[in-house]
Amino acid sequence: MDDGPVTTTMPTKQMDAGIDGRLTRRLARDVAATFPEVIVAHQDGIFSGVLRMVPTRHDAQDVTQETFIRAYRALLGYDSNRIRDLKLRPWLWTIAVNLCRNAARDRRRAAVTVPLTGDDRATADTVDVAAEGIADVIAAEWQRRLDVLSAAQRDAVVLRHVVGLTYREIATALDRPVGTTKTDVHRGLEQLRALLAAEIEEKP
Amino acid sequence: MTKPTTSDVVTGLESLRTVAPQSVMAGTLIATGLADQYAAITGPTGITLYVAFNERGVSAVVPAPDEAAFLAIYQTRVGTQAFPGELPPRLASGIDRTLRTGKLGALAVDLTHLTEFQQAVLRKTAEIPPGELRTYGWVAREIDKPGAVRAVGSALNKNPVPVLIPCHRVGRSDGSIGDYAYGAEMKRDLLEHEGIDATAVDAAADAGVRFYGSDNTNVFCFPTCRHARRITDRHRVTFRSQRHAEASGYRPCKICRPAAA
Repeated sequence: MDDGPVTTTMPTKQMDAGIDGRLTRRLARDVAATFPEVIVAHQDGIFSGVLRMVPTRHDAQDVTQETFIRAYRALLGYDSNRIRDLKLRPWLWTIAVNLCRNAARDRRRAAVTVPLTGDDRATADTVDVAAEGIADVIAAEWQRRLDVLSAAQRDAVVLRHVVGLTYREIATALDRPVGTTKTDVHRGLEQLRALLAAEIEEKP
Repeated sequence: MTKPTTSDVVTGLESLRTVAPQSVMAGTLIATGLADQYAAITGPTGITLYVAFNERGVSAVVPAPDEAAFLAIYQTRVGTQAFPGELPPRLASGIDRTLRTGKLGALAVDLTHLTEFQQAVLRKTAEIPPGELRTYGWVAREIDKPGAVRAVGSALNKNPVPVLIPCHRVGRSDGSIGDYAYGAEMKRDLLEHEGIDATAVDAAADAGVRFYGSDNTNVFCFPTCRHARRITDRHRVTFRSQRHAEASGYRPCKICRPAAA
C-alpha cells in the first residue's frame, strides 16, 4: 500500500488539503477571525484520533481543546509568511501527539496512587442498547485490539486509518522517517488482522 | 466464516471516526479569548441584564427580556460567539458594588476593541456621579475634543457596557434627557431610580433653562448637580446659557464644570 492509489480513493483528504490552503492564507491575514474555522475543520479528526491514543474520553476532550489553544497562541507569535507556509493538519497533529504522550504519562503517574475510573471512551449518556450503544461496544473492541500494539504502531495506524493522514503527514506528526511510519502502519494492520482472525476462530 | 482481510481491519478503523463534543469549540474559544461567556443578573430597576465577560473583565451588558433576545442583540452588536457561564466571584461582587453605588470603581471592563476616542468618552462618562445628568457637549469638552459632540453621542450609543458605564447620565445639549440605545423609557427609569425627576428635567429644558445658580454663592451648575439640588427655591436663579450666567456675574461650579474654561 502506498500513498498514490489510497489518496485517489479518499477524496476527502484532497479536499482537506484545499481547505487548509485557504485557511492558512486567511490565517496569515487575520488569526483571530479565521481561527474558529480551523477548529470547525479539524476538531472531529483530532478528537477521533486522540480518543484512541489517550486513556479516557475525558482526556481526549482535554487534549483536543488544549491542542487548539496551543495552536492559537503559537499562531499569534508567527509572522504572516510562516503562517501561510504552514501545513496545518500535520502541524496540529504535532501538538496533539505531544499532548497525548503527556496525558498518558500523567495517567500512569496518577495510577500509582489513584485508582483509574476505567475506560469512559464510550459516550456516557448512552444507556439504551440501541444503535449508539452498539457502536460504542464495537469501538471498545477495536480499542482493546489497538492497545495490544506498540505505541508507535498504534499511533501510526490511528493517524493513517482513523484520521486519514498521509504517510508524510504522519511522519511529521510523529517526528519519524516516512519509511518507518509506513512499516509501523503495515505491521500494525497485520497484527490487527491476526487478532481479528484469532477472535473469530475462538468463537464456536 | 471467511478469514478477515486487511480491508476488514481498515473498514473497522474507519468506523471509529466520530465527532468532537461541543465543549471543545466552546472551551477553546473561551480560553483563547475568542468568545465570551455570559450570565443573567438583575439590574437596578429590576430589568434583566445579560452580562458577557472574558478574562479582561465585563465585555458587554445587554438589557434583554430573555436569552434568545440577548443572543440576537449580542450577535449584531458584538459579532462573536458567546457561551453561557458563571460569573467569576470577583466580577460578580464588582458588578454588585457598581449597581449598588452607581460608580464603576475598580470593576474591570473590557474596552480593548474600542478606539482610543471611544474609550476616552466612556472613561469620562464613568466619572459622572449617580443622579446627575451631563450633556454630550460636556463629555466632548472634558476629553479635550470640544468639536466632537456628535461623535460623543455615537460613542455612547455604542457603549458595550451600559448601566455599568452610565451613558444614561449623558443627555442632549439643551438639557433634555434624550434618546438611549435601549429606548428613552429605560434611560428615564434608570435616572429616576437614581433620584432624578425626569419629567422636571425635560420640563426645565423645554422652558429653555440650562443652568441653575445660587444668589448666595454666585455659582452656576447643571440642574442635576449635587450642589444645584441643594439650592433652595428662594435662592435659585435660572440661566438660558453660559453667557447669560457669566454676564450675570456667576462663575461655573468646580464640581460639575458646566462651562468651557
